[in-house]
Amino acid sequence: MAITVIVGYLGTAIWTLKVSVSSSRTFPVDDFVGLAQYVRLFGNDRWLLSLENLALYGVIFILATMIIGLLLAIFIDQKVAGEGVLRTVFLYPYAMSFVATGLVWQWVLNPGSGIQDAVRRMGFPDFTFDWIVNQDMVIYTIVIATVWQAAGLVMAMFLAGLRGIDDDIWKATRIDGIPAWRVYVSIVLPMLGPTIATVFVLLSTAVIKLFDSVVSMTQGGPGTASEVPTKFIMDHLFGRANIALASAASIVMLLTVIAIVAPILYARSRALKRAGSQ
Amino acid sequence: MNQAKVAAVALMAIAFCSGVHADAPKAEVIHWWTSGGESAAVKTIAEAYRSAGGVWVDTAIAVGEQARSVTVNRIVGGNPPTAAQFNTTKQFLDMVEQGVLNNVDQVAIKDGWEKFLPETVLNVVRVKGHFYAAPVSIHMPTWIWYSKAAFKKAGITGEPKTVDELFAALDKLKTAGIIPLAHGGQAWQENILFTAILANLGGKELYLKILRDRDPIAVKSEAFKKVLVTFKRLRGYVDNGAPGRHWNDATALLITGRAGIQIMGDWAKGEFSNANQVPGRDFGCIAGFGANSPYIIQGDVFVFPKSKDPNAARAQMLMASVITAPATQVQFSIKKGSLPIRTDVDSSKMDLCARQGLEIMKDKSRQLGNGEIYLSPDQNGALADILTAYWNKDIAIEKVQRDILAALKDGQ
Repeated sequence: MAITVIVGYLGTAIWTLKVSVSSSRTFPVDDFVGLAQYVRLFGNDRWLLSLENLALYGVIFILATMIIGLLLAIFIDQKVAGEGVLRTVFLYPYAMSFVATGLVWQWVLNPGSGIQDAVRRMGFPDFTFDWIVNQDMVIYTIVIATVWQAAGLVMAMFLAGLRGIDDDIWKATRIDGIPAWRVYVSIVLPMLGPTIATVFVLLSTAVIKLFDSVVSMTQGGPGTASEVPTKFIMDHLFGRANIALASAASIVMLLTVIAIVAPILYARSRALKRAGSQ
Repeated sequence: MNQAKVAAVALMAIAFCSGVHADAPKAEVIHWWTSGGESAAVKTIAEAYRSAGGVWVDTAIAVGEQARSVTVNRIVGGNPPTAAQFNTTKQFLDMVEQGVLNNVDQVAIKDGWEKFLPETVLNVVRVKGHFYAAPVSIHMPTWIWYSKAAFKKAGITGEPKTVDELFAALDKLKTAGIIPLAHGGQAWQENILFTAILANLGGKELYLKILRDRDPIAVKSEAFKKVLVTFKRLRGYVDNGAPGRHWNDATALLITGRAGIQIMGDWAKGEFSNANQVPGRDFGCIAGFGANSPYIIQGDVFVFPKSKDPNAARAQMLMASVITAPATQVQFSIKKGSLPIRTDVDSSKMDLCARQGLEIMKDKSRQLGNGEIYLSPDQNGALADILTAYWNKDIAIEKVQRDILAALKDGQ
């Protein structure tokens, strides 16, 4: 176990770090050029744009997925009929590969063949929904498609959390005559804390990994408008024979992940310790 | 499976192995020719190799980038293929410099490659006096295709012969309600439009100053500014559905007469012939404007990684000579839609456009490489990033010039 961690994770990270301060192109080279690759990286418009896109995408995607997932879970938790069927329907997108569904989304969003065309045919010739070919809006189309995919999983996790809440609490609040929404906001949500943290970490890693949806829907286009860091890394790793620059970009992404996840893990371990000492 | 069956299968396997000469040169070949026309083309090479006494083991991997990274990984991992496809570019220069490739000087000198290979190709496969790759095809990426039906509908009588006439034709198509320029909005296709304008408007000298010499004065010049402005002007003739469109879907717009013109490599011919369209009758092809217009060359080569297997070198030599033989070249080109790497071949079975191209190729002064031949993959990619951003967004032309300058300086 320890060996796996050291060799498999730490080892590869250190190797990447080493390559990122070399002048490697197709093959790894053993030299040292300092931070030259990082300087080049942050002088690159496409890289900066992809970071901007990732930040914008990350905030909207995580918020939207959590809210929709939570609402779906609360809805199903009302003991609706056909719960099993609904759960399957909501969870279904997550079971499918995005490489396949991305193509479908591309057709749906394409102004020539998708929603825009359909609405126009229904008798609204001025209807416009061309986000996927629009420089400023294209990133939101990726949000829509990926929220569609991830919301079901988040729903399942929240549902498990909701089912873990003692029925006695509900009975007590009913006797006190507290409205349901108030119970959710003031009692249930705080109790869901650990679930929310887990969902957040899961969605954050999904944001950092964002790749297949972009490739299958827009290929980073139009132009470079929907570029993301992973695509930048893959392009330079394989297409452009510059593994040093790709490694530098990977290290930046690794640091980003650590910056997001470390505070959460720290807070949780503190909370556990406190719970243990009581 | 019972014992007898196992024994029978084993016997058959032994019989099969011994049936093939144990010392026949065996070549495992990695390539990315997986579409219909492409795999038919690669079969002609395999057949030629077999009839020359070799054993061909086919490893087809879809998508060039994937195939190349498999090759590199296998070399690093110590299990290299006998031959691997690369583009006629600097893609394999690193491998030459790292000393992982065998040269094929023996074949190249015996067959006289220096005599028949185009200068541009020669300069790519010959590194420091040694031949490290065997060229197999030549593609010309900036053909101007037009639909005869669309031209007729728009009232365009003659082929455009200058860049100005091209824009006049585009205007007429627009007025006639036809998509003037069929374009696929992907970075590499925008690069092709840029290359076409740079070659036809900028001319050979500026082309080489920018892409080969990476000359800062040329990048900042008024002439290059004009090239960039004209490139962007094409944007006004493209339909809204272009972003993300594949090149063959753009060609389909020409085939159905919904669009008038497409600027695309000669691989587009395969789409026309799949739709039973004939050059000269249904569509036209223009290699460039004027009698001196540059003919841009790109293409494919095979490289030969070093191997521990003593028989590999023999297989590699045989392959280098089979690939470049005139008969193989003609058969391959007809199936692939490319041009042969040599002009001393029988062109009678080729189509109108290919014959036209081959004729132009005979004039060495008109041959130029595409950007990838002069630039490293990294520089070429950085240039493509800038061009696609400029095509899609409003960016000040001075910034574009500055960015190009920086991109060409970086990543040496």
